[in-house]
Amino acid sequence: MRHHLVLRVVTKMLISPILLFALYVQFHGDYGPGGGFQAGVIFAAAFILYALVFSLETARKVAPDGVVRALMATGVLLYASVGIAGLLLGGNYLDYSVLAHDSKQGQHLGILIIEFGVGVTVAAVMITVFFTFAGRNPPISDEEW
Amino acid sequence: MRLRNLFAVVMLTGVFSLLSAGLLVNLDAVDVAFTEAAVGAGISTVLMLATLALTARREKIPAHTPILPLIVVLIAGAALIYGTLDMPRFGDPKAPIHGHVAPKYIEGSRTEIGIPNIVTSVLASYRGFDTLGEVTVIFTAGIGVLLLLGGGLAAGTRRRDSSDGHTPGGNPPSGDAP
Repeated sequence: MRHHLVLRVVTKMLISPILLFALYVQFHGDYGPGGGFQAGVIFAAAFILYALVFSLETARKVAPDGVVRALMATGVLLYASVGIAGLLLGGNYLDYSVLAHDSKQGQHLGILIIEFGVGVTVAAVMITVFFTFAGRNPPISDEEW
Repeated sequence: MRLRNLFAVVMLTGVFSLLSAGLLVNLDAVDVAFTEAAVGAGISTVLMLATLALTARREKIPAHTPILPLIVVLIAGAALIYGTLDMPRFGDPKAPIHGHVAPKYIEGSRTEIGIPNIVTSVLASYRGFDTLGEVTVIFTAGIGVLLLLGGGLAAGTRRRDSSDGHTPGGNPPSGDAP
């Protein structure tokens, strides 16, 4: 990808808005459309775009395999542990009402945390899947583009 | 109608996903449209392109005639369309789906959960268990891809150098399946 100057410049300009938009979708999911699933995919899309334009090796330096794989499990564990926290505080599994002094605030907090867990897992899985697929490819030469 | 160029097929699938996203926006299902646009048109297309780069760019000419599959598809399609004849009309308030728990969710979302987006309150709170299951499914899918294609943490540093796609050495402990 040495020669694709336009693609490289446009990608550099796009990546930060994409990440910002993912965070907006993630944490604004209570109020507008969106949530963890969508935000995770959009977040991963930024990394995939980076890997497509600036080679997989560069992207792996930004998102090392070990970290991404650990994050895959972290999201699910975060989600499940919210349920267990609810159990310990005297509610049912995944009942967020007991998480705060007020039931509505507890629901709000619980939803925020589990959506974050969903987003982390989805983003990490998408990045991992793409990196594993692309890691097996022989690099595409510039002439084939 | 005979398109053997798989690159074009993948691109058409992506375009179809994007159009479906527009359709879902029209149906006021913005959350689903969001997912369709991001997953269907975005990530799936890229993943299928990555798969194409691993396999072949053109579909092989099949050895058998397409008559039998065509008949199966026609019968299955006719059965599905027959099934839709009994369905309630679009937006019918008396449809069974609107009579079960949906009114409780719509009425309770504001007082019990207190967030404006009912979709989020159903997905994350009323149906929290289902969503936990969905996240687990995604996690399992990631694990499956890693087991099949990943080959340990050092996979990225290896180069594919044999024609059958085997990476030399360093097989993961689970890689001894036939």
